[in-house]
Amino acid sequence: MISSFPKLLNATLVTLKLVSLSLIFGIFLGTFFAILRTGKNKFLKNFSYYYSYVFRGTPMLVQLFIIYFGLAQIEYLRSSFLWIILKEPYWCAIIAFTLNTGAYTSEILRSAFETIDKGYIEAGQSLGIPKNKIFYKIKFPIAIRQSLPAYSNEMILMLKGTSLASTVTLMDLTGVAKFIISTTFKPIEIFIVAGSIYLFITFLIHTFVKLVERKLEYPK
Amino acid sequence: MIRIKKLILSIFAFLFLITSNTYADKVRIATEGAYPPWNSKSADGKLIGFEVELANVLCGYMGHECTIVEQDWDGMIPALRMRKYDAIMAGMSITDERKKVITFSQGYADEVASLAVMKGSSLESLKTVEAVNLSKGAKKTLKTLTTALAGKTVGVQVGTIHQNFLESGDVGKVNVRTYKTQDEVNLDLAAGRIDVALAAAVAFTDYAEKSGKPVVLVGPTFSGGAFGNGVGVGLRQEAQFGSSTAMGKRDGQLLKDFNKAINKARKDGKISELAIKWFGFDASM
Repeated sequence: MISSFPKLLNATLVTLKLVSLSLIFGIFLGTFFAILRTGKNKFLKNFSYYYSYVFRGTPMLVQLFIIYFGLAQIEYLRSSFLWIILKEPYWCAIIAFTLNTGAYTSEILRSAFETIDKGYIEAGQSLGIPKNKIFYKIKFPIAIRQSLPAYSNEMILMLKGTSLASTVTLMDLTGVAKFIISTTFKPIEIFIVAGSIYLFITFLIHTFVKLVERKLEYPK
Repeated sequence: MIRIKKLILSIFAFLFLITSNTYADKVRIATEGAYPPWNSKSADGKLIGFEVELANVLCGYMGHECTIVEQDWDGMIPALRMRKYDAIMAGMSITDERKKVITFSQGYADEVASLAVMKGSSLESLKTVEAVNLSKGAKKTLKTLTTALAGKTVGVQVGTIHQNFLESGDVGKVNVRTYKTQDEVNLDLAAGRIDVALAAAVAFTDYAEKSGKPVVLVGPTFSGGAFGNGVGVGLRQEAQFGSSTAMGKRDGQLLKDFNKAINKARKDGKISELAIKWFGFDASM
């Protein structure tokens, strides 16, 4: 039991790496698609809409399996340079998680953009601030502040979602827990320890977001 | 107050009712349904395979009414211990490690393990003796394998004797990837994500035959040591629920019943017959 703890802690690092990398990539992807979504180009708008529709509407496990097992069935892909990335379970997981969290993030940011009080933008316009500056000096910071509570939810969901990585041979926290169970046959004890580690990481995320929220609070 | 008491009592009564099937005399046998030809599922979702048919034969001999249930491999032993079913027939080899937590009937069939690669692999020409028994010492072959497998990625199903062997250090340090099912091992072997796979030899030949993929067996076949002593029926230890309790007594009796039935099935050639039907050769023991 106690000897399994260092193994689980090591695996926690893999989980943390997976969740942080996919969240970082996901923020960029989400912002990109949110901007397309709120923009004027109809084609890009639709493209962004269907992207988030598909990735929010299908289970992440299915997405991961399509990317990992599905794409590997295509002979052409296997002989292309893409195989260098797709061969590795690690990158398959990152790609699936990024695409998934990107879809949710774009939706969170879109709704934040759309609920910005028109008054702020008009104030900027009346001061003669150029359009792109209005975006990243007024709209973007407000949208970020607005979407923080929803985004902290997404971070926690992603943390738990990374447990799916174990289904494609990655030894993350869940993967190692299952491995230890396969040799000790003690599912309850090991899963409780693994669950507590997840809970602790959630607590850290929660605290971190609370701090950022307080920092970004509007002056009253 | 009385009402609450009644409510609580009726909840307990209900819980007892829905869990009491574990006390019924029906014997529940678990199999994986994903390890052909040992056990698998037909296109219409029915459990089929060597062990499914053998289970029915054994139940007939024991005079028990049986149901065969499906269970994922990685939860097989824990669920047996939690009384979700009474016996395991899932190509499970009899090993000392497993004997610490469950008990086994006598073996009913031999599982021969082998490495497999895709045609054209650099390992295809791997030259070794034909069969290795780890209990009898096989230093030379293991040394050859250690050199051959150095730096290679090997795929196995999680929680199997094959994984235990690779992680025992007998063949040095290899990159082991573990999968939930043998199906997934086969898929990644064919895709080239893993260089070589280790499982029951029949699992590979069955896959090669059904998928048409050029999977070839290489190296020796393995037995003994980490590979255990044949495949048997996994059962709860009599002592787990106390040898004098009704549950413990029932578990102990079931072991005796299975041993008797296996003896009978072996003597009248039923096991050999089923083995030849499903494996193509007589794997009975």
